[in-house]
Amino acid sequence: MTKQHANWSPYDNNGGSCVAIAGADYCVIAADTRMSTGYNILTREYSKISQLAEKCVMASSGFQADVKALQKVLSARHLIYQHQHNKQMSCPAMAQLLSNTLYYKRFFPYYSFNVLGGLDNEGKGCVFTYDAVGSYERVGYSSQGSGSTLITPFLDNQLKSPSPLLYPPVDAVTPLAEAEAVELVKTVFASATERDIYTGDKVEIVILNASGIHREYMDLRKD
Amino acid sequence: MFRNQYDTDVTTWSPAGRLFQVEYAMEAVKQGSAAIGLRSKTHVVLACVNKANSELSSHQKKIFKVDDHIGVAIAGLTADGRVLSRYMRNECINYSYTYESPLPVGRLVVQLADKAQVCTQRSWKRPYGVGLLVGGLDESGAHLYYNCPSGNYFEYQAFAIGSRSQAAKTYLERKFENFMSSSREELIKDALIATRESLQGEKLRSSVCTIAVVGVGEPFHILDQETVQKLIDEFEIVRDDEPPAEPQPAAEQDAPADQGTGADQGAAAASPDVAPMDI
Repeated sequence: MTKQHANWSPYDNNGGSCVAIAGADYCVIAADTRMSTGYNILTREYSKISQLAEKCVMASSGFQADVKALQKVLSARHLIYQHQHNKQMSCPAMAQLLSNTLYYKRFFPYYSFNVLGGLDNEGKGCVFTYDAVGSYERVGYSSQGSGSTLITPFLDNQLKSPSPLLYPPVDAVTPLAEAEAVELVKTVFASATERDIYTGDKVEIVILNASGIHREYMDLRKD
Repeated sequence: MFRNQYDTDVTTWSPAGRLFQVEYAMEAVKQGSAAIGLRSKTHVVLACVNKANSELSSHQKKIFKVDDHIGVAIAGLTADGRVLSRYMRNECINYSYTYESPLPVGRLVVQLADKAQVCTQRSWKRPYGVGLLVGGLDESGAHLYYNCPSGNYFEYQAFAIGSRSQAAKTYLERKFENFMSSSREELIKDALIATRESLQGEKLRSSVCTIAVVGVGEPFHILDQETVQKLIDEFEIVRDDEPPAEPQPAAEQDAPADQGTGADQGAAAASPDVAPMDI
């Protein structure tokens, strides 16, 4: 007699992909706007991106109900921080808070795959990438979600720093200009849309730099 | 009020049906420096007198932002006020989280009042020694409430609490009938004048007072010193036209020398007879 398993799951996967790229003085965060369940589309116009603080934006794919709950918790915690410290949370501070919040539910996790992007205390772009239970790392670029397996190798090819073992030494720093980074993001989403059924409809691109926050959209294939 | 055998703890009634500890807590409010509030149909202005203990120390914080749509000015034991502000902030955050909508002011003050009442009916507690002027906006308009250590709360068109608040109240009583239709600027001006009344003779400068505003389309925020000083300067010169018991215009001219910001010093000293419309 085998053990009975649950015929109901508290989780669902609403699909979608997220990407973030950090530059010298900007950060680009992008996510598609398709929300699906199984083989069906729930809506073509759902934002997976949330601005947590003045210089900190989060994109999350996975189970959107958990994503929404997570965004609300972080928002409330940010308000408390502002009351106590009289200033906005920095991106690295928010990164740690997100990690702690995720681990808090280590034994009933938020089914949320997050990518945090923003400007650090020096004004440089920073990207933090997470797993569902809060393990995180600061990186130069990252992608999460259903299209991440298609996107990450391409980003590695374009952005990853060459091996320090190479001789003659190859310059590790190839700073991408903001416009180039945005173009790269658009290319990456167009490609992911071709082969990942859960990615498509539109891509929402958020650019954070010294002059503030800027949002743009690009249409993707809707099939 | 003299000491008597019924004032030792808050859970003892006097034969006359009074709770002396609660009344003593209200005395603490009267000892604190003045806090003033006024409201119109669309705005609420909170003002307070900020006296630092010495030249070396900073001012005590007496006005707190509770949420984008609510702020509070306190008088009395500022530590108690700080703790209650933290409670209010928490309540607002939790309500917003659950209902995705701002906490109505009337609800917040009831919760605050109930919290104060608890302290009047437990032998191991003491009443909060702080009076709170809660000003905020919600769907039903702009509101100003006064929460008292006794657990009572009242809604007001304008009110003042703390030491020498009677002078401010007298001024407000004369003017309150027009407040509902006042503009934001008129309301702030009235708040400053009321604050000046509680200073009783001392010069009104932006370094001794704090002003905060909340209104339709304007989240709660404390005005910075420069802005306040400019507003003071605007009507201080007009004040010269008012009846006696005011300092002479010449004295007014000398006074700018010890005023707050340098920029205003220049403007005021240069042309005392010209209304500073260009500020």
